[in-house]
Amino acid sequence: MLLCWLLFIPFIGGLACWATSRGRDNAGLARVIAFLSMAAVFVPAVVVWFTGDFSLSGDPSIAPAWQYEIAADWISRFGIEFHLALDGLSLVMVMLASVLGMLSVVASASTVKSCVGVFHANLLWTLGGVIGIFLAIDLFLYFFFWELMLIPMYFLIALWGHEENDRSTNTAAAVKFFIYTQTSGLAMLAAILGLVFLHYDQSGVLTFDYNQLLTTDTSGAFGMVLMLGFFLAFAVKLPAVPFHGWLADTQANAPTSGAVDLSGILVKTAAYGLLRFALPLFPEASANFAPVAMTLGLISIYYGAVMAFAQNDIKRLISYSSISHMGFVLVGLYAGTMLALQGVVLQVLASAVSTAALFILAGQLYERMGTRDMRALGGLFGRLGALPGFSLVFVVASLGMPATGNFLGEFLILFGAFAAHPWFVVIAAGGMILAAVYALYMMHRVYWGNPDAGGTIATMRVREYTMMMALVLITLILGLFPNTVLHVTQTVTHDISSWFAAGVIAAAQTS
Amino acid sequence: MSLLVFTLIFPLLGAITLSLFPRMSYGAARTIGTASVGLAAFTTALVAIFWSAAGGFPFIQTLWQWIDAGDFQVNFSLYLDGLSLTMLGVITGVGFLIHLFAAWYMVHDLEGKPGMARFFAYMNLFIVAMLLLVLGDNLLLLYLGWEGVGLCSYLLIGYYYETPANAWAAFKAFIITRIGDVFLAIGLFLLYVVFGTLNIQAILHAAPSVLAQGGTLANVAALMVLLGACGKSAQLPLQTWLADAMAGPTPVSALIHAATMVTAGVYLIARTYGLFLMAPAVHELVGIIGVVTLVIAGFAALAQTDIKRAIAYSTMSQIGYMFLALGVGAWQAAIFHLMIHAFFKSLLFLTAGSVIIACHHEQNIFKMGGLRKKLPFDYAMFVIGGAALSALPLVTAGFYSKDAIIWEAVANGHGFLWAFALFGALITSIYTFRLIFVVFHGEAKTEAHAGQGLAHHLPLAVLAVLSTFIGAMIALPLDDVLPHDMAEASHWVELFFEILAALVALAGVAIAAVLFLGSRKTVDTVVESHQGQRAWQLFHGGLGFDTLYDRVFVRPFRATARAHEKRDWIETIVNIVPALTRGANTGLAAGQSGRVRAYAMIMFAGAAVLLALLMFG
Repeated sequence: MLLCWLLFIPFIGGLACWATSRGRDNAGLARVIAFLSMAAVFVPAVVVWFTGDFSLSGDPSIAPAWQYEIAADWISRFGIEFHLALDGLSLVMVMLASVLGMLSVVASASTVKSCVGVFHANLLWTLGGVIGIFLAIDLFLYFFFWELMLIPMYFLIALWGHEENDRSTNTAAAVKFFIYTQTSGLAMLAAILGLVFLHYDQSGVLTFDYNQLLTTDTSGAFGMVLMLGFFLAFAVKLPAVPFHGWLADTQANAPTSGAVDLSGILVKTAAYGLLRFALPLFPEASANFAPVAMTLGLISIYYGAVMAFAQNDIKRLISYSSISHMGFVLVGLYAGTMLALQGVVLQVLASAVSTAALFILAGQLYERMGTRDMRALGGLFGRLGALPGFSLVFVVASLGMPATGNFLGEFLILFGAFAAHPWFVVIAAGGMILAAVYALYMMHRVYWGNPDAGGTIATMRVREYTMMMALVLITLILGLFPNTVLHVTQTVTHDISSWFAAGVIAAAQTS
Repeated sequence: MSLLVFTLIFPLLGAITLSLFPRMSYGAARTIGTASVGLAAFTTALVAIFWSAAGGFPFIQTLWQWIDAGDFQVNFSLYLDGLSLTMLGVITGVGFLIHLFAAWYMVHDLEGKPGMARFFAYMNLFIVAMLLLVLGDNLLLLYLGWEGVGLCSYLLIGYYYETPANAWAAFKAFIITRIGDVFLAIGLFLLYVVFGTLNIQAILHAAPSVLAQGGTLANVAALMVLLGACGKSAQLPLQTWLADAMAGPTPVSALIHAATMVTAGVYLIARTYGLFLMAPAVHELVGIIGVVTLVIAGFAALAQTDIKRAIAYSTMSQIGYMFLALGVGAWQAAIFHLMIHAFFKSLLFLTAGSVIIACHHEQNIFKMGGLRKKLPFDYAMFVIGGAALSALPLVTAGFYSKDAIIWEAVANGHGFLWAFALFGALITSIYTFRLIFVVFHGEAKTEAHAGQGLAHHLPLAVLAVLSTFIGAMIALPLDDVLPHDMAEASHWVELFFEILAALVALAGVAIAAVLFLGSRKTVDTVVESHQGQRAWQLFHGGLGFDTLYDRVFVRPFRATARAHEKRDWIETIVNIVPALTRGANTGLAAGQSGRVRAYAMIMFAGAAVLLALLMFG
């Protein structure tokens, strides 16, 4: 019941938003509905957070420990079910989605002016698709949501794109996003089908059920091919270099309000997919593939950092910085220890929050200054009320300052990976220097320096201030009280790490 | 004893209040900012009393469990022993005096512009971070404070952000110390993997059994810690940021870049001394880095015209002495000099700040001159501080702390290091008295208005008293924490070396008097000669490290970035795929021309090729 609620509320809310735009465009109502829908996802998730039992059983059983599970027949001829389940990891991700969802609605309030109802319908459907991804454990259903979220996202970018551009630029960005995702999604579909048939070969049961597919023996070359199919899809979404081409274009052309950027952040929570599917289903292939994936991670860290430094557009800078953050995630995922995986969870959450905050701030800056080109900005620190102070906080978070979640994410990953891969960790740690370079360089170009004139240009609205304050608190909680998250995800990461460890042993024996 | 946490809470509350209400009045900001640190200092005094009354045993206060991820368990715990209590006293005590002085200084420096609350918010936050650094019972909490002080240092160096040069100085300071921090982080990863814990006491306890004496593991771990310390404490090769860091307000230079943060490296090495005992080669390196830095920085200090930069180089040089002490195993002497240095160096900086304000923001010493008569109080303060820095015998605190280090170096059999240290002492008193003679003697070149008020006089007076032999009488409770200084020699030998060091210091004063009192003809002739010019440039620029790093690191990085400014090369390569698709599309579309004649032609050609294949295949 709870799972259906979490899943369907955004879709129903989306329909309601659309309905408000029939006849006369009732913008305020659409915003309220959209916000309440996401709040209706958030509140029960918080309740589960506090009431659920996520304690570590100590027994890495082969069957995942789901807190809630619901299954119904869908296409029984092919063994496809409508099968949702929730554990600590999905709960954390759903909460992230609902928080960013609420923020999207608030952040877009001052900039999205046309077709507000339809805009929010698309926004909510994207979020619904994302939540579906986090809850579905039937691989067909999972793929269904994976594709479903693309379509409203496409329209968001194409129709409500960056105000300065003409329509064709925005459409081009949307098409680029679509093709990247669609192509990689095809690889994943093929891999899913391959896995299902492999399981059918071994057991005689045709099923898309995650729990049953976990028992499949995926060692050997064919398993590697299937794993690569999953990996490709997720690496594109993460994104990891060299599959990152869509990200900066998409985010630079997305509406400046930040609403779509936030969904964009969710769209690329491919770390969840790697954690949920790629590692557990293919432990041995993943173990064999780990050096390659970690190398891609290192390249992403450095390439993202250098590219971020080279940008003039604030939003492109932020995009590339998130590529750099995701490099750490790849390193942590394929290190595969429980500590590293816990770090991955923290890093995904913290990076999503800090990146979201920076995007929203970039939007507010654009609203006040009329440009995002850092060459035209400077000396703004004393002239925008609290906005520069918040920017400072999140810039500092983004470079991994202790007491923020970003620091713990990176550090737990590196701590967890050091024993098995010391050189990877040493090189990755060097990326922290470049992170400081690009992050502070942005402060330097936008906020420090000689102001053109004195006086305040504009201060922050109460709504904006509250929103940023909430994000600051989340960042600090993640950094100072990470156990709020770690205790919820410990069972999942513990299980995954023990499966992966078995894969590492098996891989060592066969080679 | 559980009061300990309140040393953190007061400044933290101060920082939060000040940053939430940035537009509060000057008066409110100064009161909150100063009072919070005052309360922390008061709490420290209480803690010290209770702690020694309870027998002076290590005390742990666990606030909450910070990280719990499988085997990785880290608490947010404070650890109090003699060493952290010493640091606690310096940070809150000297910190309070500097805050008090800043309450006077900033009013004159800001002259009505906004930013008072921002200043004190950063300052209070700095105190919190610095306290966490010294109180953390594990390396991760220490690292939290370590990065936190770096951030506050960045913000305060760039406090006057409207001048781009200040912001760049802040940027440089952060990046260079961050390089050291990354090494320290790698050290942390290594230590965790080796020891399975980050708790400092547990690591020290297990080190002799887990690490092999002089083994690779011990050496690498100690080296990583050392490099981290070098970044924070501005030692070779990561020393280039400190002189530029003087862009911040003068109380910042006193607090962060003299008394507390820059000595964090010394604290770190002393705190983890057990690692260095297991790695003799790296331990030796600590001393070598110390002497090289102290000599280089001494030469650089001789050739500065900016009063603050000169004192900054002297700070580097004095931290060099502390590193030397650590390197020769004089652990307690290092911490003792750390404390004494905090007294006299913040006295020098604050007095310099007072002089700068008195001379209307003039920092060039050659534009001051003859201030002795107009600023008698400042003159007295600067002479006391300078005498302590030069370690003039018997009456100054520096004599007891610095000469102990020089003596320990020779007593522990490091004759080579000792010679350098003695030479450094000579340079020290030359550049110190050069400052005094140029600024306060000679003919007057500028107007000056002496500072007034309790907030101006009191901190200087207290620090001045502590810079004399009275400060040297403070006994530090380090015997249970750090090994005893081992130097053993006959009393006469020790006396001989101490008299030697005292004579060297006095000789330096004499040389400075000859060169800089009066017409300064000798110096002018030398500096104006061709070689003199080049030497001056070299010393003035800190011996060319900036240029070197610029060529080797900064320019290549900027060139790489510039190559990527317009386009993402990897994406350009990936874009071959759509280009190929489009090309194939064009080619195939051309075939679909709709002209029957073309279709017939292609069919005919195809048939011909097939036929040919069948005939000859």
